[in-house]
Amino acid sequence: MSNTESAHGGSVVAMARPRGMIWRSVVGRQELGVFLILLAMVVFLSLYTDTFLTSTNIFNILRAFSWIAISAFGQCMVIITAGVDLSVGSVMGLSGLASAMLLERGINVPVAVVGGLLTGLVAGFLNGLMITKGKLPPFIATLGSYLMARGLCYGLTGGWPVRGLPQSFRNLGQYDIPIAGFGVPLPLIFMLIFAVLTSIFLTRTVWGYRIYAVGGNETATALSGINTARVKIMVYSLCGLLTAIGGVLMTARLGVAAPTAAQGYELDVIAAVVVGGTSFSGGEGTILGVLIGAAIMQVLRNGLVLIGVSAYWLQAVQGLVIVVAIMLDQLRKRGR
Amino acid sequence: MSEQEITLRMEGIFKAFPGVQALDDIDFEAAASEVVALVGENGAGKSTLMKILCGAYRKDAGRIFLHGQETEIENPYHAQQLGIAIIYQEFNLTPNQSAAANIFMAREPRQQGLGRFLNFVDRRRMEREAQEHLNRVGARVPATALISDLSVAQQQMVEVAKELAVDARIIIMDEPTSALGEDEVETLFEIIGTLKEQGIAIIFITHRLEEVFRIADRVVVLRDGRRVGSMSISEATPDKVIHLMVGRELTEMFYKEEAEIGEPLMEVRGLTRRGVVEDVSFTLRRGEILGFSGLVGAGRTETARLLFGVDRKDAGEIWVDGEQMRITSPVDAVVAGLGFVPEDRGLQGLVLKLPVLENIVLPSLDNHSRAGWLDQRSLRNTAQTYVDKLNIRTPHLQQKAMFLSGGNQQKVVLAKWLALQPKVLIMDEPTRGIDVGAKAEVHALMSQLAQAGMGIIMISSELPEILGMSDRVLVMHEGRVMAILDRAEATQEKIMACASGEINNINATAKGAEA
Repeated sequence: MSNTESAHGGSVVAMARPRGMIWRSVVGRQELGVFLILLAMVVFLSLYTDTFLTSTNIFNILRAFSWIAISAFGQCMVIITAGVDLSVGSVMGLSGLASAMLLERGINVPVAVVGGLLTGLVAGFLNGLMITKGKLPPFIATLGSYLMARGLCYGLTGGWPVRGLPQSFRNLGQYDIPIAGFGVPLPLIFMLIFAVLTSIFLTRTVWGYRIYAVGGNETATALSGINTARVKIMVYSLCGLLTAIGGVLMTARLGVAAPTAAQGYELDVIAAVVVGGTSFSGGEGTILGVLIGAAIMQVLRNGLVLIGVSAYWLQAVQGLVIVVAIMLDQLRKRGR
Repeated sequence: MSEQEITLRMEGIFKAFPGVQALDDIDFEAAASEVVALVGENGAGKSTLMKILCGAYRKDAGRIFLHGQETEIENPYHAQQLGIAIIYQEFNLTPNQSAAANIFMAREPRQQGLGRFLNFVDRRRMEREAQEHLNRVGARVPATALISDLSVAQQQMVEVAKELAVDARIIIMDEPTSALGEDEVETLFEIIGTLKEQGIAIIFITHRLEEVFRIADRVVVLRDGRRVGSMSISEATPDKVIHLMVGRELTEMFYKEEAEIGEPLMEVRGLTRRGVVEDVSFTLRRGEILGFSGLVGAGRTETARLLFGVDRKDAGEIWVDGEQMRITSPVDAVVAGLGFVPEDRGLQGLVLKLPVLENIVLPSLDNHSRAGWLDQRSLRNTAQTYVDKLNIRTPHLQQKAMFLSGGNQQKVVLAKWLALQPKVLIMDEPTRGIDVGAKAEVHALMSQLAQAGMGIIMISSELPEILGMSDRVLVMHEGRVMAILDRAEATQEKIMACASGEINNINATAKGAEA
């Protein structure tokens, strides 16, 4: 990618800036471009429709993109290592289903949730193994696991959804916490917590530094005495885990685990990451960007419905907006 | 010189990048059949000037005349049409295609008849004509050979042939000899002679002054974006040119200072990777700089990669400080106390997209963290310490490595290993492609490290560097050690004789080293 003129890679370098550069660092942040796009969309929809800027609608948007965003945090790390994980939609469905099936057998909620999360973690770990030890390109390896995980969903259920999940489990996705007079959806709180945790992980830990280094130049990183295979296995495992968290929250929200759940979500997740400014060539990207990217995707979907775009045309418009948003962002980066 | 003979004239060229005036009112000219050496420290503006000439950059101001006619060079494609060709250090060849396909890239001859209609390539004609172009530069390369099967020198010949095939009148060569062994340099000089006879103007960018005096007709010196000298080679002397380049007197080219040679630090026995490296044994002592000499392809880099665990060895033992080390990956090598400065900074040494700070601390992250949690102040202090110590010129620690000059990039690579304080530092072509000033700094640093008790393995294709810096010289030929020569007995002639396989006196010397 030819954004070589952009000043800083993002929050991984958010320290030790000389004085007087604070303003430049705000303006120069790579998230600024996509944030402006989000802002423009929100302003337009607020003026154009009466329904967009209501607390109900806003929280609906936020709730609905929580699990996409949580999975996208994991996907973001994967894409920073110059990889990709196509299996996230299937793994999201599978891990929610795993929790639901455990609950169905009368297992208590915490254990069932942990079971779901482990499912995602193991799926991610296996992705990592296929890519590092099996030497498969990430696209191929995760294409395989995408099909395998979805196949498991159908096979385990015989195609039937799992219903009758206990209320205490459903609360994870349905409960609203009263804060300042608003009912803030629980998944939103989870999402914000994981945004902060992932961001700190990426910018403040040894592992985070290594993730950027592997994506920036795997050869040089390996020659620096770093076990790049281990970094990648960890990243895919974390992606699986975060995706499973999203999957459990989604299942709790819906109150039912269908074998088709989260079908096609991998594209929403990848779109959120990419719209958020993460480069497919690796080595750059931030969680803040992903958050904004995921918000853009959801506002777009919601907004198009509100302004009366036919459901049949929705995807075409979404695709167009993604492409235009990324092109604008590229232009902005190149222009400096 | 009449106007027609002057193939190229550039007048008053200006070019600025954010924060730096890269070119400041530069004049430059080259005549037909003339070899112009363009020299200057890295960052002096050589590459920028040449990139403007070949259309990769747009100038801010100034005029360019080709064959007496003012010309605006729009883009690289336009430059090519105007007969301007540049051969970069990194070649623009597709490794999985034949030499012929590369020479005729984008201009493949079409078949006649129906084949022409379907855009079928006339392979036979392409290969025949490619072979003619290859022969014209004196390259002994079959046109059907895959690029990936060719040596670096042969690839370079394919590049030259490719430019001749599009009828280049001006050929710019950016550090063409940096990847070549001594005998291959000779071949290149012969090719340049051939090109001269054909009336081509050659602009030759190099850091090696002896080459300037070997082949150039005129030398142009840049410093800090200005032209500080242009003279015919008969008026020039090495001292004069160096003086112009650095703006100061360099009393000595090599800052080798005597270090106390201590007890054996690393012993390597029977290191073998079949077909590449055969039975390499040597001892490296504390405070010693062991030079690895040999022609390109002699197995020096491959030996270094085996030592550092990058490639798998078939046999051999590595002992460090009297302890046998099991090294199967760079992770093991770092644990064993080894550091490795690879030959290609951009591809192997640095993460160009990341800032200076992160590059410096990358191998030593664990030393700056507790339970994985990074101590930001410790990172910053370490990076700043080495930036100061090695005199790395960067506006701040957050500057991405890609924006530094070659010499400063190389110092960042050194810094990242020094921050880890290895016992043994393996340096593969540590001063390739960096300017005279930075080179002297790297050499001085090597002496300091040796004095501090580090053992250094220095692979170099430059004989003066080998002779100037090494305590002992290990010479390789076709994967084998031919000789290990003491500083006193190492001469250019002797090393060359061993490197070309004429002398094999390893048995005598190896016994001496073990005693």
